[in-house]
Amino acid sequence: MPSMSVAELRERLMRDQPGALAPVRPKTHAATNGHASEESASRPRGRKVEEGPVDLLATDDTVVLAERIADVALYLRDTLGYQLLSNITAVDYLADGVIELVYHFYHLDGGPPIVIKTRVPREQAVVPSLTALWPGADLQEREAFDLYGVHFPGHPYLKRVYMWDEFEGYPMRKDFPKQGDKYLSDEEE
Amino acid sequence: MPDDQDIQIELEKQGVFVSTINRFYNWGRRSSVWPMAFGLACCAIEMMATGFARYDIARFGSEMFRASPRQADLMIVAGTVTKKMAPQVVRLYNQMPEPRYVISMGACATSGGPFRDGYNVLRGIDLFVPVDVYIPGCPPRPEALLHALMTLQAQIDNQKLNRVRWYGKREAKDFPVPAFGKQGLEIDGRLVDPVGGLPLVSAYSAPLHGEQRTGQLEHPELVRQFPIMDDAVELESPTKAVGVAPEIAIDDLRRKTEASRA
Repeated sequence: MPSMSVAELRERLMRDQPGALAPVRPKTHAATNGHASEESASRPRGRKVEEGPVDLLATDDTVVLAERIADVALYLRDTLGYQLLSNITAVDYLADGVIELVYHFYHLDGGPPIVIKTRVPREQAVVPSLTALWPGADLQEREAFDLYGVHFPGHPYLKRVYMWDEFEGYPMRKDFPKQGDKYLSDEEE
Repeated sequence: MPDDQDIQIELEKQGVFVSTINRFYNWGRRSSVWPMAFGLACCAIEMMATGFARYDIARFGSEMFRASPRQADLMIVAGTVTKKMAPQVVRLYNQMPEPRYVISMGACATSGGPFRDGYNVLRGIDLFVPVDVYIPGCPPRPEALLHALMTLQAQIDNQKLNRVRWYGKREAKDFPVPAFGKQGLEIDGRLVDPVGGLPLVSAYSAPLHGEQRTGQLEHPELVRQFPIMDDAVELESPTKAVGVAPEIAIDDLRRKTEASRA
């Protein structure tokens, strides 16, 4: 069964798709304050990362640049044989000002999936569409657009899929206003 | 009344059947409550089980699940009503001929259930349609649905023809169908149930109690915080308030203190 480790994938991407990997802090060692403040100048981010010890953006997974996502996906499909794009989802890192898209690719012979991530700023969340290459990406990209407000240029029909067309706003973003019993108990504490 | 019953039993022994119009009508209606074949979530699976031989809803005369609201007497709201589904549910209810009944089956249809604080689920179908019988449970067992049906039959038994709203020339009442708006469900252009917010209208009371809006809002002390509605909230864009949502800020604080403790 095909199985490719993250380190091996990163190595191959660095060799065959130069410039596609985005710089990322590894998860294994905690980011120091000096390290975080160095990078904070180059990227929009909230206060939390400089102050808090928890670095949500640190990851061991493969993070690629958004504009190279189609190249990397094709490389996974045609060279490495990971043909099935199983899942696309979005994660909102509100305090860091980042929306992360997570792609899961499977090999048809079985084995664990390969995970590709890409990160875009929340205010301008634009990622090229993969629908032309994987028709199955159609609804998943529409879902990410509907609930997280990620735009996918190249998508043939980028409209809301769960919420109604008249609705404004992106309900799964973390700053979407919410009220309810769950939040009441928080306020009383 | 006991006298009446004694006389009646005595007469029935003699082969004479005496009844009142009320009893006769109610007996007819309660013995053939036809539900609508209409399910929304996992409660519908229990509803189907109730219809099959093991639980056998036919014992109560309700085995005819009708595929059309025009032929149905009872709407079993079986499952989670999302805000996107709510207009269709109300429209189906409006299309049912009188007399019509509603059973709110399960926690979701009754109150929103585990999704109560989510942005997309109605906090109870009674916000838009009056409910005769509520069933707790997640999902309720078929026995619970049968008990609800028996409760409904008991309610029908107590109805008086000169009191019910649908008898005679009284006009059928249509319930307003919510429309999709920019911020949530609207009735007549007025926001009634914002996405992510608390409902701005109260629930309908049961038909026994007049099926009026009760006027009891959930958490009336709270300012509804959907940014466009609340002048006090500073807006960054039409759909976004300035800064971080309070619950996120609290989460971040908590995480920070936990991390510093560790």
